[in-house]
Amino acid sequence: MANTTAGNAIGGLGPAAASVMQHYQQQLRTRRIYSLIAIAVFLVALWASLDFANAANSGKFFERLPYVFDFIRNFVPDSPMEIVRAMFDLPSPYDDGSLKYDYTSERVYVTENFYIPHFIYQLIITVNIALIATILGSAIAFVLCFFASTNLVGAGATRWVVRRIMEVMRAFPEIVIAGLLTAILSIGPIAAIVAITVHTIGALGKLFFEVVENADMRPDEGLRAAGASWVERVRFAIVPQVLPNFVSYALLRAEINIRASTIIGAVGGGGIGEVFRLAIGRDHAAKTYAIVILLFVTIIAVDQFSAWLRRRLIGNQSFEFGRGAA
Amino acid sequence: MSPTTLNTAERERLLSAYPEVFHRSFWQRWGLAICAGVTLVYLAVCFVAFNVGPAFVNGRWDRASIYVQDWYSWRAQPRLRFVDGVVEPQWSSRRQYPEGADIAWLRPLPDGGYSVIYDGEENRLDVRAQRVDVYVDGVAYAVEISPETAILPQGAPGALVQDGSKVNVDFGFEGSAEIRTSQVYVQRRFLGWANFFFDINSPFWGKSFSELAWLAVAGERVDPARSNIAAMVDDFLANGTWQHADVLSKLMQTLVMAFVGTLLGTLVALPLAFVAARNITQSRLANWGMKRLFDFLRSIDMLIWALFFTRGFGPGPIPGIAAIFFTDTGALGKVYAEALENVDDKQREGVKSVGASPVIVNRFGVLPQVLPVFVSQSLYFWESNMRSATIIGAVGAGGIGLKLLEAMGTNADWDKVAYMVVLILIVVFIFDGISNALRSRLIGRTHH
Repeated sequence: MANTTAGNAIGGLGPAAASVMQHYQQQLRTRRIYSLIAIAVFLVALWASLDFANAANSGKFFERLPYVFDFIRNFVPDSPMEIVRAMFDLPSPYDDGSLKYDYTSERVYVTENFYIPHFIYQLIITVNIALIATILGSAIAFVLCFFASTNLVGAGATRWVVRRIMEVMRAFPEIVIAGLLTAILSIGPIAAIVAITVHTIGALGKLFFEVVENADMRPDEGLRAAGASWVERVRFAIVPQVLPNFVSYALLRAEINIRASTIIGAVGGGGIGEVFRLAIGRDHAAKTYAIVILLFVTIIAVDQFSAWLRRRLIGNQSFEFGRGAA
Repeated sequence: MSPTTLNTAERERLLSAYPEVFHRSFWQRWGLAICAGVTLVYLAVCFVAFNVGPAFVNGRWDRASIYVQDWYSWRAQPRLRFVDGVVEPQWSSRRQYPEGADIAWLRPLPDGGYSVIYDGEENRLDVRAQRVDVYVDGVAYAVEISPETAILPQGAPGALVQDGSKVNVDFGFEGSAEIRTSQVYVQRRFLGWANFFFDINSPFWGKSFSELAWLAVAGERVDPARSNIAAMVDDFLANGTWQHADVLSKLMQTLVMAFVGTLLGTLVALPLAFVAARNITQSRLANWGMKRLFDFLRSIDMLIWALFFTRGFGPGPIPGIAAIFFTDTGALGKVYAEALENVDDKQREGVKSVGASPVIVNRFGVLPQVLPVFVSQSLYFWESNMRSATIIGAVGAGGIGLKLLEAMGTNADWDKVAYMVVLILIVVFIFDGISNALRSRLIGRTHH
């Protein structure tokens, strides 16, 4: 469109304007060529990647596609109520004495008559792993972040070291930490907690120190003028300003950590992830759908709650940018 | 600095002028402390409920130090067996030396025994069929071996310990030995990764860097069919111990999962976000439906998608791509739609006022405003998916994650785990750098 308008107009322009127009069109052409090249490179990379992925996969995409639809079609519970029974460990009419339909044996009894259904119990474990990791991670990141901010720490070496530590913590594969700790402490939630905590420190630490660096330094100057120590300046000048943002980032992290703890669970950390892997691996449709529904509801509930809390804390500010450090 | 004293009038004036500072509500005063208290109580309850204390007490910390040492050092583990009055070294399938190699720290003695050197001549074992001479700091202690038991000599230092019928010798980092009735089980530890470049079947094994460099540029061809450099590259990639070719290809799979998953997610989320944005598509139903679709895709955990597609497509990068694609379409769609709803209407009106069609309005009135934000968001997701791809790979989608999990499962390959971790860290840092550079070019340095 720009081209045609320009083309029509160029005759009626004076020499100076015509030269500007010509220059503009030239730039436009160069830009278009660059864009085309970029798109071509992207398409080639995408094609090569898809080809590589297809070759590396154990089944080829188009060969396997019918199986995928077959799997979806055949992967249905015996009756819709079966999902509810699997979810709440109720006795099933399909119970033939085998473990497959014996949901009641998986109940976790708290008292003589009161039980927590197995999946909900595992879900509670998963959510708690995420919560503990978020609390511990944000506490440590809170302490570390002040040492990484340019406006609070003059020593470049300190900042450099703290920031590199955070980067490594952020990039370190969680499954390795979890695997190493599982080898030492045997199977249990601790490995998952530590793995997620380490990542949380790295991810939140980065977001935290960026908030601190954007803080208003006038309160700090006031305190410094009154002779306050470094700790007092941080406590009374910086913390009150940044705390709402910190809490909001930590809440966002809690959402991400619930997903992370599900995945770590599937790799050996326990909790709902592992149960889910087993259920889908054994082709048990009712159990699989029961867990999918539980996880779906939990994630939506946590997202909504944290969004509501964040809105109360810092107003209607979009924080999706925070996912970048994930 | 001395504190300023206030007189009563001044104090009253301050109190009435700033009531919110001096009379704060209960929550303002104690809220933080209460939150901290509740959190501490919660952590304490979880500490008990998750059995953290017992788990740490029962942890196998002796193995922990071995596992951690395995990250940066390696162990040679020959068994020196007593066969018919002579000593024969026996290596496991994980041997690090080829048949008949001349090993500096394991030397045959003239009388059929073997000498294992740990830390110089002062710390060594002279192993013979009936007796082992243990030298600790130059002092010899003779461990006699009867058919029933190995006997700890009198006055032996703390490095020698009787353990049932065995005598254990500990030389710290350098290694250890178990003197049993039928054999001496030697562990000798060295810094670094064993046979990292060439395995024991390669003609380049055991050569120093200068020898290799000489071979590469001027030496005679080891294999007449290939140049030495080509042979080195082939032997390096085919290294049976470290499986470089396999590891690199698995790493590539993980990269491809993250790249293709994010890219496809972006390409699909882009048009769908226009449908979801209230100010662009006027149908409330379409907005609502599309937003719920995004919520649905986003709220099903990536793990669920990954396992689901692994069942369908079989293990490999395709289920990984599909899992990332589905979650990211939801997440990116939501973010894009929010960005679209916040665009400046003036540019759209401007384009509309000259009679442009809706597609043109969106192309020239909307897209230029949001494109930098879109690209920057997608780059964030790409970074984040690099990590996700590793983990969902471990669940069954393949790639470096599965390779890591396999290496950790044996509990003996921590050096390979370290190698893969280093590779992952390098790749993540490179890609973070690229995406940061692209982002700061796109939207300036103000955003993080």
